[in-house]
Amino acid sequence: MSEHFTPESQPTHPRGLAPESQPTHPRGHVVSWKVYLGIFLALCALTVVTVVVTGYDFGPFNLVVALGVAITKATLVVLYFMHARYSPKLTGVVIASSLAFFVILVFLTLTDYVSRPWPLS
Amino acid sequence: MTAHAPGGPAHPAPAGGHPGSARASEALQHQFTDLQQQKEATTLGMWVFIAQEVLFFGGLFAAYAVYRNMYPAAFSAGSHHLSWKIGFANTLVLIGSSFTMAMAVHSAAIGKKKRIVAFLLATVLLGSVFLGVKYFEYGEKIRPCSGDGPYAGCLVPGERFDASAVHLEGDEGRHAQIYFSLYFGMTGLHALHMIIGMPIILGIAFMAWRGRYSPEYHSPVELVGLYWHFVDIIWIFLFPLLYLIGAH
Repeated sequence: MSEHFTPESQPTHPRGLAPESQPTHPRGHVVSWKVYLGIFLALCALTVVTVVVTGYDFGPFNLVVALGVAITKATLVVLYFMHARYSPKLTGVVIASSLAFFVILVFLTLTDYVSRPWPLS
Repeated sequence: MTAHAPGGPAHPAPAGGHPGSARASEALQHQFTDLQQQKEATTLGMWVFIAQEVLFFGGLFAAYAVYRNMYPAAFSAGSHHLSWKIGFANTLVLIGSSFTMAMAVHSAAIGKKKRIVAFLLATVLLGSVFLGVKYFEYGEKIRPCSGDGPYAGCLVPGERFDASAVHLEGDEGRHAQIYFSLYFGMTGLHALHMIIGMPIILGIAFMAWRGRYSPEYHSPVELVGLYWHFVDIIWIFLFPLLYLIGAH
């Protein structure tokens, strides 16, 4: 990458300021390419982690560990690659509601199956 | 959205009235007050579509949760038959394609036309590598099922399914067919999303090459980016759930 990126790619708001309180501009928030590179490297590292942890047996927590790493990776993608961190609050509402309904779908389905004497013989 | 209460736009300037953006004002559709509002509306629409996609895949994830809970041994055996090394490499390829996609959107935001095209083409190239590997993986499991038998190594669920390939027999062998049904269903739906996404990315790369996008207006690049990252997230979950069950 070259010097073209640096001047425009600096975050324009002070740390801690809510992103939606920035002055609105059609360009929106331009994130530095270094942030994307950092997220990419973090995702690669977490992919290595998810493989390495399978070398250890955490018993019933194997699935919890695997999902924990996957959720961390997904969160990084949503916040930075998909710009959720710099998006209007309404975007957050849509994301949260989709996750809420996904949890309802899986959780309520499982309450039924795990509370019955499956597999039926 | 909050900055644009009806009747009180944040930008009182005329439609698309940002200096030096003839292209941008062409891009403004008449129902929107300004490009900022248009961008927020189209982005929100894409997020609503993605929310729907979460539940579309959610049904398969729910089925996976039910059957893995029911038949853990068969799922573990089926998973061990997959090559985690191939899955690992393919995960890195797909994360790489998400990175190049993020860089394409970034290039659009700072108005670097050639870089948009280059990063979009890189994204499609990495996506093709992923699908090529997937084709190889599928072929290994499907090829033994054709012909007159004995179908050793056939892992397509059905009467030709070879449970001995995953070291199972009897009921557990049949349960492994459920694992492979979900394997083909989930990775297949994921691959279908990539197959749909790649021509769209190529189309947008063509539009970028024609100079249709500017820092003020590049929503198609952003929206296809959201779609591609979502598909990446699905794979981030499929990799440990399908390839890495139990200690290796």
